[in-house]
Amino acid sequence: MVNLTIDNISVSVPSGSTILQAAQAVGLKIPTLCYHPDQTVKANCRVCLVEVEGARGLQAACSQTVVEGMVVRTSTPLVFKARKAVVELILARHPQDCLNCVRNGCCELQDLAQELGIREIPYAREIKGMPQDKSTPSLVLDPDKCILCRRCLTVCQEVQTVNALGLRARGYQTSVGPAFYQQLNESTCVMCGQCTQVCPTGALAEREEIDKLLDALADPSKIVVTQMAPAVRVALAEEVGLPTGELDMLTLVGGLRRLGFHRVFHTNFTADLTIMEEGHELLERLNNGGTLPMLTSCSPGWINFIETFYPDLLDNLSTCKSPQQMFGALVKTYWAQKAGVDPAQIYSVSIMPCTAKKYEAARPEMQDSGYQDVDLVLTTREIGKLFRMAGIDLKQVPPSEFDPWMGAYTGAGVIFGATGGVMEAALRTVYEVVTGNELANLDFTVCRGMTGIKEAEVDLAGTQVKVAIAHGLGNARQLMERIRAGEADYHFVEIMACPGGCIGGGGQPRQTDNAQRAIRIEAIYQEDVALALRKSHENPEVKQLYTEFLGQPLGDKSHQLLHTHYQAKSKKLK
Amino acid sequence: MDKLQAIVDQYQKVPGGLIEAFHAVQDEYAYIPEEALRRLAKAFEVPLARAYGIASFYSYLSLKPRGQYIIRICKSAPCHVKGAAEVVKTLEEELAIRMGETTPDQLFTLEFTECVGVCAETPVITINGEPYGDLTSAKVKEILAQYRQPQ
Ligand code: SF4
Ligand code: SF4
Ligand code: SF4
Ligand code: FES
Ligand code: FES
Repeated sequence: MVNLTIDNISVSVPSGSTILQAAQAVGLKIPTLCYHPDQTVKANCRVCLVEVEGARGLQAACSQTVVEGMVVRTSTPLVFKARKAVVELILARHPQDCLNCVRNGCCELQDLAQELGIREIPYAREIKGMPQDKSTPSLVLDPDKCILCRRCLTVCQEVQTVNALGLRARGYQTSVGPAFYQQLNESTCVMCGQCTQVCPTGALAEREEIDKLLDALADPSKIVVTQMAPAVRVALAEEVGLPTGELDMLTLVGGLRRLGFHRVFHTNFTADLTIMEEGHELLERLNNGGTLPMLTSCSPGWINFIETFYPDLLDNLSTCKSPQQMFGALVKTYWAQKAGVDPAQIYSVSIMPCTAKKYEAARPEMQDSGYQDVDLVLTTREIGKLFRMAGIDLKQVPPSEFDPWMGAYTGAGVIFGATGGVMEAALRTVYEVVTGNELANLDFTVCRGMTGIKEAEVDLAGTQVKVAIAHGLGNARQLMERIRAGEADYHFVEIMACPGGCIGGGGQPRQTDNAQRAIRIEAIYQEDVALALRKSHENPEVKQLYTEFLGQPLGDKSHQLLHTHYQAKSKKLK
Repeated sequence: MDKLQAIVDQYQKVPGGLIEAFHAVQDEYAYIPEEALRRLAKAFEVPLARAYGIASFYSYLSLKPRGQYIIRICKSAPCHVKGAAEVVKTLEEELAIRMGETTPDQLFTLEFTECVGVCAETPVITINGEPYGDLTSAKVKEILAQYRQPQ
């Protein structure tokens, strides 16, 4: 341990700690901008300057390690002035567009300017004037708002190993984006949105589509229906001022009705359905010598990734559509029939933790109902904005039930939201289908948690089934390399593009760091245990769907509506 | 592009070979063509965005076609205060191109550079590495005339 004092407070921290960590240990706040708790220290913004007795000049608290007897001062006039000057210099090269910026009210740079009391910029203003990139349905890249902190690069290059983003040029001209100043839709970008999760400013953000919803709601000929993904409820709580996980599901349904949605359903319903289809697909592959390991297919960022980097493994991919797209295909067929409405009138909105879902919904493969199956995808952040726009306080809304036929769900559907959840849900059902016995313990805890790659072996009535789970595309890449090289003998592999799974998705509330991911995962499993039904094949509305409409898993109707095939993205990529 | 393959073969095993290969490509083509950059990135197994980042970072590597004579103007402070702007203006007017551009006849390219170490004779330009100091408008015109003559 190293002993030092910070602002006259004695601190004792493990050697190798930074001043910033030591200050945090005693509850002192030092402002930061380029620092991110999950990333290596970059120390390029100089916002975290502090005074260290005996040192020449001010020191960057995020990178300076502590030494025995160090005397640090974090709040002196000298420090305030220096921090202020640093931020003023950044702002001299920043468009002052706060009032019409996607990050207005939730921007780290804006917060700093506010905290430091910046009133005027004593330096010459100079803005790059580079065009925004709106080439994808998922993201907006606005290089003028970039402060070159490089957090997005760490995520895109090291965590996701996609390398769509890089630095271009040098000095004042430096900007972040694809090679050759190409647009994101010409790059390897998989639209995971993880860069939007770490960007401190409005330089990288989701593509907002709130206006499209307002237009649909204002159109009297439309029946606006909504589904929400398993990971939405736990995290939306954070957007509306509640602790993670503490937004009651039925209160949320009530809130969505107040926003004007005509029917409220749940993607958990089609998550359960996915398990029925995917579970049977796995059994078919196991029994009939199909391509193994079978890879899950519910994460659209992952689909983009395999299409781009591992097209040779596309036969391994389950043919199941994602729960969002199964829902989309069914609401305009099955539900329309049952409700007696013209599917052309249905406007299908999904609320997702994910930016890649926006891209998925717009895919040409996704029109099997005869219409665009999902008309609009809004992220958790966008739905949070809508509630604020509408002035709806979710602490005061009366609860409401889901609409019938596509709103029932089990705990198995709920845990889709966390890494390992699809695997665990599948094991619960496959075990019972294969053995005919009831599972004594539903908790496959080996599937859970933030370990990058998890492996397990499960005994299914004498057959050993080997499974693996990866979350974050860097981990997925490691598994794919081993599968490609023939070094992995798994039967079933779950992949989620985002670290932590959907609860850590690119469209979730900021700031999603690993600590926050762990809290959300906890909330997901709490929701699972609290439910009476925790196995997909026990979902009453899924059973009804098979009896009345689909027939059986992997039947003709299922193939037509719930399954698809993806193709190699053969552009000049890599 | 057999020359490119030769460059790949020569530098693939060398540590830091990518940058060496960029130089070799530039020596060959006077700049780094897009196709060459893509092929080098693949051959060296460096993601395109990173290879592009490297190539666009170093001021002596160019990603745009360049002329036979590269004129570099020092933009560091000493030259700046001693009238580099005037030199830039003369060059841009004489050649009818802006900084960073190449004349249509592919003869001249104008680029900025950092201090070239001849600060005693500011303002300074270099033409294909050859420094010219103590510049005035008239002197710039004279020098250009020399280079325009078929040699
Ligand atoms: S990025 Fe932040 S500081 Fe910049 S305009 Fe947007 S809200 Fe304002
Ligand atoms: S969305 Fe994902 S792949 Fe695309 S630039 Fe951002 S981090 Fe990279
Ligand atoms: S885009 Fe955002 S995260 Fe990336 S370098 Fe710029 S400010 Fe940082
Ligand atoms: S937070 Fe310390 S230098 Fe950026
Ligand atoms: S400043 Fe121009 S040569 Fe040194």
